[in-house]
Amino acid sequence: MKIAVLIKQVPDLVEGLEIDASGKALDQDSLRYIISEADDHALEQALLIRERTGASVDVFALDVGEARDSLTTALAKGAERVTLVAAGLEAAPGSHALAELFAGVLRPQNFDLILTGVRAIDDLDGSLGGLLAGLLELPYVGLIRKVETGPGGETAIVQKEFPGGFITELEVKLPAVLGIQSAEQPPRYVPVSRLRQVMKTAKIGEQAVEPPQAQPIAVERLFKPEEGAGASMLEGTPEELAKQIAGLLAERHLLKG
Amino acid sequence: MTNDVMVIGEHFQGALSQITLELLGKARELAGQLDGKVEAVLLGHGVEPLAAELGAADRLSIADHPLLEHFVPETYEAVIAQRIKQAGPRLVLLGSTSVGLDLIGPLSVRAAVPCFDNCTSLQVREGRVVAISQLYGGKIFAEYAVPETTALVAVVPGSFPAEPGKAAGAPEVLRLAAPPAPRTTFRKLIEPPPGDVDVSKVPLLVAVGRGIQNADNIPLAEELAETLGGAVCASRPVIDQGWLPLTRQVGKSGVTVKPKLYLALGISGAPEHVEGMKQSELIIAVNTDAKAPIFGLAHYGAVADAVEIIPLLTEQIRAASG
Ligand SMILES: Cc1cc2nc3c(=O)[nH]c(=O)nc-3n(C[C@H](O)[C@H](O)[C@H](O)COP(=O)(O)OP(=O)(O)OC[C@H]3O[C@@H](n4cnc5c(N)ncnc54)[C@H](O)[C@@H]3O)c2cc1C
Ligand SMILES: Nc1ncnc2c1ncn2[C@@H]1O[C@H](COP(=O)(O)O)[C@@H](O)[C@H]1O
Repeated sequence: MKIAVLIKQVPDLVEGLEIDASGKALDQDSLRYIISEADDHALEQALLIRERTGASVDVFALDVGEARDSLTTALAKGAERVTLVAAGLEAAPGSHALAELFAGVLRPQNFDLILTGVRAIDDLDGSLGGLLAGLLELPYVGLIRKVETGPGGETAIVQKEFPGGFITELEVKLPAVLGIQSAEQPPRYVPVSRLRQVMKTAKIGEQAVEPPQAQPIAVERLFKPEEGAGASMLEGTPEELAKQIAGLLAERHLLKG
Repeated sequence: MTNDVMVIGEHFQGALSQITLELLGKARELAGQLDGKVEAVLLGHGVEPLAAELGAADRLSIADHPLLEHFVPETYEAVIAQRIKQAGPRLVLLGSTSVGLDLIGPLSVRAAVPCFDNCTSLQVREGRVVAISQLYGGKIFAEYAVPETTALVAVVPGSFPAEPGKAAGAPEVLRLAAPPAPRTTFRKLIEPPPGDVDVSKVPLLVAVGRGIQNADNIPLAEELAETLGGAVCASRPVIDQGWLPLTRQVGKSGVTVKPKLYLALGISGAPEHVEGMKQSELIIAVNTDAKAPIFGLAHYGAVADAVEIIPLLTEQIRAASG
């Protein structure tokens, strides 16, 4: 079985995001990129399937931000091959453009299973997985928390989340695209020593592709929610803050006794 | 293309989902301004009784078939894509939900129409449909004009009131063709494990997020909750790490809560979390990031280290409760 995992770079929310002078885009200088959280889970899920079935795992990332680092990490975690897809773009394009790019790369390679994350924090025009499935004319199921392979590796048996902790189990004929929300276990951790070692020998494939045709969405304005709007901010030392919070609860008769 | 607004209906365990009423209400408003009609699309098996709740629509398209009994993305998508192509509505509204999120991408490709997700506001301004979507974990909003073609928009649950969607009426009913045999099949429904506590019924909640740092700090939160006479609940990362059971997850794929107190400790306030707790009567948030979106929603906030605050607060409450 051949598994492909697509990983995507997104701005790290720990950094303060700044809007640029045009008011329509984020200021690239203010951003630090990391792998989208769900994509990390997609990779973990692929590695778990590999451990159970001996499948191969190929990881692809568009060449923007710190994609090379994410691919090196994927190698250190145990991916067979990693490929940087270079379209000469400065920043990640929209989901339609990304799907178009990856569809072109993946179509000739006949993967049995294509895993993506779901709902990256910057998805405005839909998630990559569903769009990719549409373009490749493959079945798609998203918001998945577990994937097992069926008899003979002909199908995938997936668990999909619904509100309130409900889960449905579906069986999907392969090839298919699956959108992973969480892997069966938290993504594995790579010790720094292992990462350093891999960095020295890492073979990162590169594939040049044409820039996508899909038009970016004409965003007219980006804005931030008003800081602290709504909340009355409490001030003081930690002790004083604890006292004030307890006071608020007492005022509202929320304390016992 | 028409000026109609189509709503993709959802139901769960025989009941119409709240999001469908929210979308219907909005669709009525938009259709009025665009001078179009509202069409509700309902897929399932034995879903006829739900039609009575869709009176706010002018037209109701129903596909009733054993293959549609359970939500199977591919099957639902095939039927809906067909209807979109046939009807050519100006807008198709879906929920940004387990159902809508699986449909939107494949539909966008198959019906060759643009799609947008994370929408929290939709308005008609001078004939243009202007939308706002929430991005970057709620830290940034994007405003854009929905292109003047058929377009799919997935709306975050809780963005619009459900009340206007509850109108009475007798929509004209249309039957949709059966779906093709799918490559995806339903196997079973797994119910949530019987929870130790049902956090949706606990009036005082201590909610912990990734800011709680590690599993060793969970007992501190448990102690605080116990002192208060409440319970601990959490955001998704805490559950995904296995620090607390799934029954404690609040949000889009967890439980929806409306407690008297929601003490949000080290929770950023991502839209998927907020969806499950925004109706809490009193929200107090503690977060090290003054820009955390949770402060936009909370009634009271403190920029502080939650791990440090928790034991101090336990102490204070113990003292106050005598
Ligand atoms: C389809 C889908 C469904 C989802 N369903 C859910 C759901 O049901 N429930 C849910 O919660 N999420 C859900 N999510 C995930 C959601 O998008 C967010 O990733 C999640 O809510 C973030 O949790 P968090 O706030 O704990 O973590 P983060 O966003 O990482 O925030 C951690 C916060 O802690 C603060 N912090 C760090 N250290 C400290 C400290 N010492 N003291 C105080 N504050 C500190 C940081 O400033 C930050 O604001 C879903 C996502 C998707 C895509
Ligand atoms: N239109 C729908 N919207 C949401 N979920 C659905 C729908 N149809 C079927 N389901 C799923 O099918 C399961 C069983 O549905 P039911 O037996 O109709 O209550 C539910 O738990 C849902 O996961």
